[in-house]
Amino acid sequence: MKTSLKWIKAMVPGMEDVTPQEYMDAMTLSGSKVEFFEEMDADLDRIVVGQIKEVKPHPDADKLVICQVDVGSEVLQIVTGAPNVKEGMKTPVVLDGGKVAGGHDGTKTPGGVKIKKGKLRGVESFGMMCSIEELGSNRDMFPEAPEDGLYVFGEDAPVGESAVKVLGLDDVVVEYEITSNRVDCYSVMGIAREAAATFRKDFVPPLVKETGNAKNVNDFISVEIENSDLCKRYTARVVENIKIAPSPQWMQQRLRAQGIRPINNIVDITNYVMEEYGQPMHAYDLDTIADHKIIVRNASAGEKFVTLDGQEHEMDETMLMICDGEKAVGIAGIMGGENSMITDDVKTMLFESACFDGTNIRLSAKKLGMRTEASGIFEKGLDPNNAIEAMNRACQLIEELGAGEVVGGVVDVYPVKKEPITLPFEPEKYNRMLGTDVSTEEMLSYFKRLELEVSADQKEVKIPTFRQDLLSYADLAEEVARFFGYDKIPTTLPSGAATAGKISYKMTIEGIARDVAEYCGFSQAYNYSFESPKVFDKLLLDPEDKAREAIVISNPLGEDFSIMRTLSLHGILSSLATNFNRRNKDVRLYELGNVYLPKALPITELPEERMQFTLGFYGDGDFYTMKGVIEEFLTQVGMTKKITYDPRSGRNYLHPGRQANIVYDGVVIGFLGQVHPLVCANYDMKAEVYAAVLDMPYIVEMSSFEKKYTGIANFPAATRDLSMVVPKDVLAGDIEEVFDKKGGAYLESYELFDIYEGAQVKLGHKSMAYSLVFRAKDKNLSEEDITQAMDRILKGLKELGIELRA
Amino acid sequence: MKDKLLEIQKKAFSEIENAAELSVLNDVRVAILGKKGEMTAILKGMKDVSPEERPKVGAMVNEAREAIEAKLLEAKQKLEAKEMELKLATETIDVTLPAKKNKIGHRHPNTIALEEVEKIFVGMGYEVVEGPEVELDYYNFEALNIPANHPAKDEQDTFYITKDILLRTQTSPVQVRQMERGKLPIRMIAPGRVFRSDEVDATHSPSFHQIEGMVIDKDITFADLKGTLQEFAKEMFGEDTKVKFRPHHFPFTEPSAEMDVTCFKCKGKGCRFCKGEGWIEILGCGTVHPKVLKMSGIDPEEYSGFAFGLGLERIALLKYEIDDMRLLYENDERFLSQF
Repeated sequence: MKTSLKWIKAMVPGMEDVTPQEYMDAMTLSGSKVEFFEEMDADLDRIVVGQIKEVKPHPDADKLVICQVDVGSEVLQIVTGAPNVKEGMKTPVVLDGGKVAGGHDGTKTPGGVKIKKGKLRGVESFGMMCSIEELGSNRDMFPEAPEDGLYVFGEDAPVGESAVKVLGLDDVVVEYEITSNRVDCYSVMGIAREAAATFRKDFVPPLVKETGNAKNVNDFISVEIENSDLCKRYTARVVENIKIAPSPQWMQQRLRAQGIRPINNIVDITNYVMEEYGQPMHAYDLDTIADHKIIVRNASAGEKFVTLDGQEHEMDETMLMICDGEKAVGIAGIMGGENSMITDDVKTMLFESACFDGTNIRLSAKKLGMRTEASGIFEKGLDPNNAIEAMNRACQLIEELGAGEVVGGVVDVYPVKKEPITLPFEPEKYNRMLGTDVSTEEMLSYFKRLELEVSADQKEVKIPTFRQDLLSYADLAEEVARFFGYDKIPTTLPSGAATAGKISYKMTIEGIARDVAEYCGFSQAYNYSFESPKVFDKLLLDPEDKAREAIVISNPLGEDFSIMRTLSLHGILSSLATNFNRRNKDVRLYELGNVYLPKALPITELPEERMQFTLGFYGDGDFYTMKGVIEEFLTQVGMTKKITYDPRSGRNYLHPGRQANIVYDGVVIGFLGQVHPLVCANYDMKAEVYAAVLDMPYIVEMSSFEKKYTGIANFPAATRDLSMVVPKDVLAGDIEEVFDKKGGAYLESYELFDIYEGAQVKLGHKSMAYSLVFRAKDKNLSEEDITQAMDRILKGLKELGIELRA
Repeated sequence: MKDKLLEIQKKAFSEIENAAELSVLNDVRVAILGKKGEMTAILKGMKDVSPEERPKVGAMVNEAREAIEAKLLEAKQKLEAKEMELKLATETIDVTLPAKKNKIGHRHPNTIALEEVEKIFVGMGYEVVEGPEVELDYYNFEALNIPANHPAKDEQDTFYITKDILLRTQTSPVQVRQMERGKLPIRMIAPGRVFRSDEVDATHSPSFHQIEGMVIDKDITFADLKGTLQEFAKEMFGEDTKVKFRPHHFPFTEPSAEMDVTCFKCKGKGCRFCKGEGWIEILGCGTVHPKVLKMSGIDPEEYSGFAFGLGLERIALLKYEIDDMRLLYENDERFLSQF
């Protein structure tokens, strides 16, 4: 929302001396946030209205002329190359030492361009005459300015007067951020009312007088609302004998400051009232309205309609149309029709000022893909009581500007009148809520300026209908806070009983995951929760893989972001690929993020969100590097039982010979492996990539931080080395299972210290060597204790086809 | 005899002094004091000395021997020191060569910022809680006083799964879930991922993070909100940070405010970083709307509270002067390793 500061000041007498910066600061602190302001004349200086008295050719330049220009105080000689110089014409003149905003090609120079007297081709020039572009504006805003050349003032422009003033450029454009609850502030009047309350001045809105001739509007038009849910009010007036002409300069200047291009009196009045009252209006050529009858009804499905911009639209039955006796003439609240639009030879005009249902307008505009100025306002949900005031203001301007003859009376169809609500006036409650002690008198003064009427007994507040946001004591407390000043409210700390600050157990575990990953060289990645369904093919998932059952977003940002991930692998792979592609070496990344597993599809209840601890790397390291990270983490979260690795994990996205499920206490808590080379190829990575995923809910459940001291062994350990020839398909895990099962109570630990495949080992076999440590807690082990255990182990190994090395 | 001893001693001293290496010195020692050494020979010759002269000669021999030994020790220490010096000199390294680093991974700036915020609030007695990312429309909107067809629903550009299930657009639904648990008083923060259908650019991401905070207790006032957030800002951005509260609108708080902090780069003077304003907008906050309390089963006549929400990425971008939000989701190692 933008307003001219001059226009605001015109409605709030006594604010003349407020600077733009003071205005910005005060308005922002009272709730009308000013984003920025722009002084239209910031880069203009010493520019006056001058009149060209004499034009003579330049002796040394064909394209230049020498002018004698009356600037009020003196007559200056100015050399110019402008094509439209004429004796007698009035034009803006920058005096020596003045400033313009930019060049005549429309380019602006920040800070402006200084103009000094000088010589042009040997002839002295004491200033510069300028175009509208040099004044920082353009022909859009000043349609009367010539396409090329100096701006020409009207004959009544006083010579010597500030050109900035005459053009209305002595104004400040203020841009606000208006919150969605303050529909009333999408208007100059709404902002001016806030300004009056902020600066504690009186608010003086325009005085609207009775308008209309002796004729009766009902003889010209009738209105019928078929759907009063969507059209809360429809007011109509008629203007005869329209005389299309430019609007006066004061109106044009205000429109320009609002960023609106002046067009002609009728259009300008509509726009002016729109800005002033925040009420969109529409004008129809009454002669095109069949049967002189307006019917507000829903469109029929598939109905085609051409709007005044020449575009054809297909309507559906939820959309509201303005129709005449035969046909649709406008899409309610969005845009009028081509068939009924005002043209330059309009004779009689039908003015519409209505109130439509905001939600319906919003949805229709969205469906039609045409969010117009009007729909943008209507969709906020307007006050129907404002419609008639805007209408009468527009008709007053029509009469004042002599743009036509307003017909007497108004057609006003208003099925359910909106009445102001009343709330209890509760000063203590407001203070209690705010932690303040604002006096009742003070509150009454705020409310008065906001037009909130407190009853004589101070029991009730009547809320005007334009303040749709005031519905409870909390809302009124905010009004008190705003005008008392948020900055004046004290700062205290909550006084209640102390509470213990804490993070959840789950977050503690996640913290450990981060620590371990980072100690192991992995940096933290953040990936999106949504991805493309194509990911499943990229990861080579079977067509019937359950992971393909993903939740689909109904309005995604495109296919690439259309499903909620069921696997976390894609994120880490894409991030690794980004790094690989950028030639970063040895990259290790981890992520803690959810996957979203639907209980059934389509979903009817919330999915299960499972936190995944995902790790991935390429470069330095191998399968066992990753395995080490996993085991380090599990140790850190107190999962100290035996972790087993099942190579039959059946994951298509991993190398078939280098993958394993991570099993703890019989539960698959995750997996690790080398990413399948075909998958790597799908991510354009020519590298061995390793990945691991741990399903964190399991970790949270199985982790433990209970620790108990078990003593330090007092008795000596005995070590036995086992050197074996092992059939190739027997896994270390199989051998270790034998140790675990047969080793007995005295086997304390074991460690693989050598593994070899090659020439010296017989075909189909590998050589493996373990060191076994035996120890008893309560005695020195005898040779026999150890031999018994070793015999059991050797027997078990033999069953696996393992022989001892000679 | 005496002369011989003196001669030996003199010769020994001279040889010792001339020995330039430990090995030479050792040779000297062996040649004099060794089994076949000159001194040993004299000792051996003692048997030929008359018994009455023996103590005298013995004393002389010992004296000479001790003198040589002392001289040897002195020379040895000197040579050892010299040798060490030489050895150390040859071991001199270029200390300016690059370090051998233990490659430790880096935490994401989002997490670093989050942990800082969490630490501050946990210290103030807040519990950190979580809620679902795929959320019911009821919790994300309705229970927060954003009824069906409220324009705020459109403003937030929600991703929908079904009519009733959506990707949460804010962490505020966690407030409602916490209130519904019915355990009062509440002091909580709820960090988490939220979603809005914004195209990816330097300042937007369809997925980002918020931290929600809420306090519900008896007699909680807007002044308490101001005090609490002022404390937070000072801890987070430095003791000399000032805060400014501006009125704003959120459907679930009333009165509502936005909080600005003095620019931590220019300390409020105005710079390029804060666009010359001297202030940076940090969070939205307000007194919990009585309607929201009521909907969650809390009596607004008895209890009141405040709530606030801040964007984690915004804090991370500002604090670490990151100029493009996309960097946070690319996971480029060269970016991550700067934190």
